[in-house]
Amino acid sequence: MEHLNRDQLAARVARDIPEGAYVNLGIGLPTLVTAHLRADLDIFLQSENGLLGMGPAPAPGEEDEDLINAGKQPVTLLTGGAYFHHADSFAMMRGGHLDICVLGAFQVSVRGDLANWHTGAPGAIPAVGGAMDLAIGAKKVFVMMEHLTREGASKIVQNCSYPLTGVACVDRIYTDLAVIDVKPAGLFVRDMVAGLSLADLQALTGVPLSMLPADGEDA
Amino acid sequence: MISKIQDSMEQAVADIPDGATVMIGGFGNAGMPSALIDALIDQGARELTVVNNNAGNGERGLAALLQSGRVRKMICSFPRQTDSHVFDALYRAGKIELELTPQGNLAERIRAAGAGIGGFFSPTGYGTLLAEGKEARTINGRDYVLEMPIHADFALIKARAADRWGNLVYRKTARNFGPIMAMAAQVTVAEVNEVVELGALDPEAIVTPGIFVQRVVRRTVQQGSH
Repeated sequence: MEHLNRDQLAARVARDIPEGAYVNLGIGLPTLVTAHLRADLDIFLQSENGLLGMGPAPAPGEEDEDLINAGKQPVTLLTGGAYFHHADSFAMMRGGHLDICVLGAFQVSVRGDLANWHTGAPGAIPAVGGAMDLAIGAKKVFVMMEHLTREGASKIVQNCSYPLTGVACVDRIYTDLAVIDVKPAGLFVRDMVAGLSLADLQALTGVPLSMLPADGEDA
Repeated sequence: MISKIQDSMEQAVADIPDGATVMIGGFGNAGMPSALIDALIDQGARELTVVNNNAGNGERGLAALLQSGRVRKMICSFPRQTDSHVFDALYRAGKIELELTPQGNLAERIRAAGAGIGGFFSPTGYGTLLAEGKEARTINGRDYVLEMPIHADFALIKARAADRWGNLVYRKTARNFGPIMAMAAQVTVAEVNEVVELGALDPEAIVTPGIFVQRVVRRTVQQGSH
């Protein structure tokens, strides 16, 4: 059994983003998805700080401090892109206009509760940014994370132990081992890495998993 | 003849009193009105409540204002960053109060104040720590939290160009909170790169109409080109 590395995981997520989708990629791991989107498809990347049609990083020396992404890194604007203010940007999320957002996570529960903003550790300075708006806003919320913590515990859990970002908001989980749909009836495995059985995955995960029926509807 | 153009940054912020609530535009350094912030530091107002998305980066701008000890409370969404050491130290020392609000609720609370809305139900944050103590309501099967507007005495924002009536256009993602903060404050001061003749801005492309802007002040070359 081979775990997907970060780039392979990003490529797996990118495969499920269709042409024409309006997409927000969260900071951290989801940012890697950008490089795996097919350049010949029109996919509209939104950034919370007020742009739609976000392009790749500029060439060295071409950076513009007024043109940045949510992670405050320099980016470019594609031909046809647009700028807008913050209330409009978050109306795009909260109003359900984004098709997909991809977020990193500490934990996801069997009901699709998401924890990704705060460890709750004593002395930690809390910072939430747009995480809670993204979690409840897009039509489909994809989470992208490693299946297990460094200590080997499942990040898919019965109940999140970290403070929640959103309640029952995650639609699909992409890990280095599997792609899992979150449905009202439970967690359904869409696919797994080669060499892994459902029993193996079940043993690692610790919450009930089922295989998605072969005719399971698409995203 | 009405002209909102001020002679200097000092003049533009001279009447900000102790205890004022001041909105400061910008997302990180993009759109941060750093010359106005420098003037506010020199002016000396104390016990300020500052509204910004972040809580300062590095040593300049908002970080310098915090370092000066003039800010009693920050209302923001994302204080903790790799270079937010000024805020981090004040917070850990108990020298600054923090009201943390999700970014979209922050934006909408600002917009609501400017639009005369007395409060609104937002789905963002429902069921989380940031909704504790707030009124919740289920509307058409969806859960919401009551969020209140944020009004300000002053807004300090940055724009690319203005005319003497205070009409503004912005530059790229430096627009961010500028247009909504301009609406939410009693007095909005815009720091601009360029002052143009009345009529030079395309009326179809003006982003902030002058009714939301009371003062305009141009950055000098020494205050930077952006």
